Amino acid sequence: MVMRKLVVVAVVSFSAGLAVASFAGFREFIPGLLEGALVTIQITLAGAVVAVICATVAGLAKMYAPWPLRWLAVVYIELFRGTSALVQLFWLFFVLPLFGVTLAPMTVAIAALGLNIGAYGAEVVRGAVAAVPRGQWEATTALNMSRTQALRRIILPQAFVAMIPPWGNLFIELLKSTALVSLITISDLAFRAQQMNQTTFRTLEIFTIVLVIYLAIASIITVGMRALEQKAVGAMVRGRGH
Amino acid sequence: MTVQPMVKFDGVTKRYGALTVLDSLDLEIMPGEKVAVIGPSGSGKTTVLRMLMTLEKINDGVIWVDGEPLTHMHKDGRLVLADAAHLRRMRGKIGMVFQHFNLFPHMSALKNCMEAPVTVLKLSKEEARARAVELLEMVGLADKLDHYPAQLSGGQQQRVAIARALAMRPKVMLFDEVTSALDPELVGEVLNVIRRLGSELDLTMLMVTHQMGFAREFADRVCFFYGGKIAEQGPPEQIFGQAQNERTRQFLSACLEAI
Ligand SMILES: Nc1ncnc2c1ncn2[C@@H]1O[C@H](COP(=O)(O)OP(=O)(O)OP(=O)(O)O)[C@@H](O)[C@H]1O
Ligand SMILES: [Mg+2]
Repeated sequence: MVMRKLVVVAVVSFSAGLAVASFAGFREFIPGLLEGALVTIQITLAGAVVAVICATVAGLAKMYAPWPLRWLAVVYIELFRGTSALVQLFWLFFVLPLFGVTLAPMTVAIAALGLNIGAYGAEVVRGAVAAVPRGQWEATTALNMSRTQALRRIILPQAFVAMIPPWGNLFIELLKSTALVSLITISDLAFRAQQMNQTTFRTLEIFTIVLVIYLAIASIITVGMRALEQKAVGAMVRGRGH
Repeated sequence: MTVQPMVKFDGVTKRYGALTVLDSLDLEIMPGEKVAVIGPSGSGKTTVLRMLMTLEKINDGVIWVDGEPLTHMHKDGRLVLADAAHLRRMRGKIGMVFQHFNLFPHMSALKNCMEAPVTVLKLSKEEARARAVELLEMVGLADKLDHYPAQLSGGQQQRVAIARALAMRPKVMLFDEVTSALDPELVGEVLNVIRRLGSELDLTMLMVTHQMGFAREFADRVCFFYGGKIAEQGPPEQIFGQAQNERTRQFLSACLEAI
């Protein structure tokens, strides 16, 4: 049911975009911009994976790891939250090569944006884990479970549900911040738009299409996360009311 | 050979900051004995159970379980504070049922009872399931195996929690006001299950309760806590019939008035 809603939103926004496009002579810009959109989507997806992994590791390390690791997690979180994504991107792209480490632009984009969003995500993870009632921990102690077993089997599955809506927001932040990667030579949606604009000056058409495409991707993220949330809540109280 | 106590508090003191909640508590519970703990709010009843479940550290003294130190361990002929491994080994002897059940909301009744036997005791899924089904039947929930906590009444949830604790085969069971969060009409079904455990299983039980009628009928011994100490203890007939201590009499008559 929710999957259907997702498809509907995607199709509606896409066909709306295409309709507008074909009527007003927007058509010539669409293939190039869609190619850029594909790059934007790739960076968003891969960045999201990096962000979730970094956030989980750093969030849990900050709560439970022995002090050297906890300290490392805190430094990571504060460093990446306290500086802008643009500066992080430039650092990885322009400064690291000075130390002999040269990474491909796509790698830099995914790593920098993933690490940046992951730092915010770490607080989401920490908050959701801390919000699991203390009685749940006490029950695991009374059943003689280890802390790791308790986290994995009891605490994280419950925290997961609470994490989904804030992660939805972060993924949209991530999507929006991908526009920055045009500054390190990647031909994403924003880059393509600027390029076309400089050669054709058809500003209205180009940036209208760009707007619709970003909105469509963001809607898919929103609907997808809501579907995930419903599924997760459903798993908590399965079969309720049957 | 004399029988060893199953549980022994030896001069146990518990403080929260400046507040001394338990003051050099001595208490021995024999194997199979059923002890009811009563007393006014804040007298330290819950704290006694939580220390025994290792949910709370103690400030002084030693707790012994089944002839071995719980809070401490032997090292070079001396008693030193227990490490995590020792606690895990000893904790297996004790089970606890909480006032607010603390069931795992993302697992069915059956899964709640299978979880720790599988992850902690390393039973196979089949063994754990058989054990869980047997216990859920014993607490009268054979038809609710696949229900989630949210789909069960308070009384049913508490019975699942009892089955879940029993699935670890503890020697000592702790009950902390296990009927206090229940609607009055659901209290009976939980007390009946506890009665059944008392008669069918060879368990040592320590229960904090405000159900004076139940304590009187079920317990071998009643301990009245007051101001961080056991003010008076004895068989139910004595405590409820001819209490020596003025505080005990006041407390019991206040309880009667409340009914
Ligand atoms: N974590 C804590 N921090 C500080 N004080 C605490 C803590 N837990 C309990 N106390 C205090 O210790 C005292 C004993 O608490 P305990 O919960 O053992 O009482 P109780 O006899 O179980 O009372 P009740 O009948 O209300 O459940 C109380 O004064 C309580 O305020
Ligand atoms: Mg209490």
